[in-house]
Amino acid sequence: MKQIIEKHPLAIRWFHWVNFPVLSLMIWSGIWIYWANDVYRLGWGDTTLFKFFPKSFYQAFHVNHKLAQGMAWHFVLMWVFFLNGLLYVLYTLFSGEWRYLLPNRHSFREAVQVVLHDLGLRKGALPARKYNGAQQIAYTSVVLMGAGSLLSGLAIYKPVQFSWLVALHGGYEAARVIHFVLTIGYVLFFIVHVAQVVRAGWNNFRSMVAGFEMREVNPVSGKAATESASLPAADAAISTK
Amino acid sequence: MATNHESSNPTAPDSPREPLQSEGEVLAEARRRSRRSFIGLGLAGLAGLGGWNWLISQPKDSGIAQPLRKVLDANGRLSGAYFKETRLAPEFARSRARTPRVNGKIGMKQELDPEAWRLRVQDFGTGATQEFTLADIKALPKVVMTTELKCIEGWSTVVNWSGARLSDFLARHPLASRPGTTVELAAYVGMSTPDDAYYVGLDMPSALHPQTLLCYEMNGQPLTAAHGAPLRLVTPLKYGTKHLKRIGTIAFADTRPKDYWAEQGYDWDSGH
Repeated sequence: MKQIIEKHPLAIRWFHWVNFPVLSLMIWSGIWIYWANDVYRLGWGDTTLFKFFPKSFYQAFHVNHKLAQGMAWHFVLMWVFFLNGLLYVLYTLFSGEWRYLLPNRHSFREAVQVVLHDLGLRKGALPARKYNGAQQIAYTSVVLMGAGSLLSGLAIYKPVQFSWLVALHGGYEAARVIHFVLTIGYVLFFIVHVAQVVRAGWNNFRSMVAGFEMREVNPVSGKAATESASLPAADAAISTK
Repeated sequence: MATNHESSNPTAPDSPREPLQSEGEVLAEARRRSRRSFIGLGLAGLAGLGGWNWLISQPKDSGIAQPLRKVLDANGRLSGAYFKETRLAPEFARSRARTPRVNGKIGMKQELDPEAWRLRVQDFGTGATQEFTLADIKALPKVVMTTELKCIEGWSTVVNWSGARLSDFLARHPLASRPGTTVELAAYVGMSTPDDAYYVGLDMPSALHPQTLLCYEMNGQPLTAAHGAPLRLVTPLKYGTKHLKRIGTIAFADTRPKDYWAEQGYDWDSGH
């Protein structure tokens, strides 16, 4: 019979939904800034596969001549992005949520299985727990990327006061490249993330808003039915403690 | 902390058994919680949109909405508090120096007669103006440095600069001192081109930094007109926007001097 199973704590849901618009605006104001010196491309020598960004993109979204506004928004919202991210990390540490999120030695093998499964190359059920190996890797990586954006951003923002940080990035120009590549990374993350959320369906999406999932529960044992299937080794660390 | 967490852990085999609710109750409860949460998220979204609309409808302060300007100024105060004169911009090998792009001609539209040019410095104590020739500046210790010029647009170029430290100039000619003292200095320095069309403001700690130069040579050659002959400001502590070319006047103040690009919506401090 169907039961309500708690999934995401309220704090996590808040951090998630605050981060989404704030990171979007950071990226957008970043594009306004980037427009003023749009030198990055994919290619080699005289061959350009893709220019960041095509003229049509700038025209469609009126990106041009917004450097001052872009910098203003960027240097205001950076505080929100930073504080929200910091609180999220602290919360996961102190609540114990980090146990679900951090990859362990089994996550990488499991992540390969998840990818194969999602590409339709592997049959069989995936581990039915909060985050599978692919999710653990993705959600931990994106937090590390956030830290990387803050550090490379600080290096670009105050390159003399933090010249040691600039040196760690391999110089001012390199710090700018890293800052940009991380941003592209968020966009790619977003595309995969939304596609997976759509695939996973309403029950999963609702859990990031309302916090719970509906599950079939065995009325005799009281255990969620989907969990009776054999759990992968990655679960052992969580369920045996 | 961990205990609290585990009670909500759906996979923990030892989670406390609560009596199962009937399917009808469960569905009603789920509907109730969903409705409440989605309305909550919707309201939060609307509040965010409202805040956004309020923000962008605020009166502008020098090109950007006032609340944004306030945060930029607070950022400037914070980095001012963190600033240390001993932190230096990295120097590069002389061989890496290139000629930077000429990005601004504001304030240099008229022809300049180098013979007739004088640096005019207003004494903070008396308000009187003193004039200096290029020879007066060159009489000060010559500093040569190869640093990265960073444009606010995003590009950067390594350039070799020579000139006199502004701090050496002010030590020799104590014009920034408060009336009646010699050690207490004004809080800010303002500079402008001879025609007053371009102007920048600097905080005094940045102005006194050992890498802030009254510069007269670029890459070993006297400055060309396009790069700010006969004398320009160079400071790797600020974006290129503050590297005023063709200095006409220097004055001191206790309030932030006007700054050309800050009036166009940029950060006044623009400090590195």
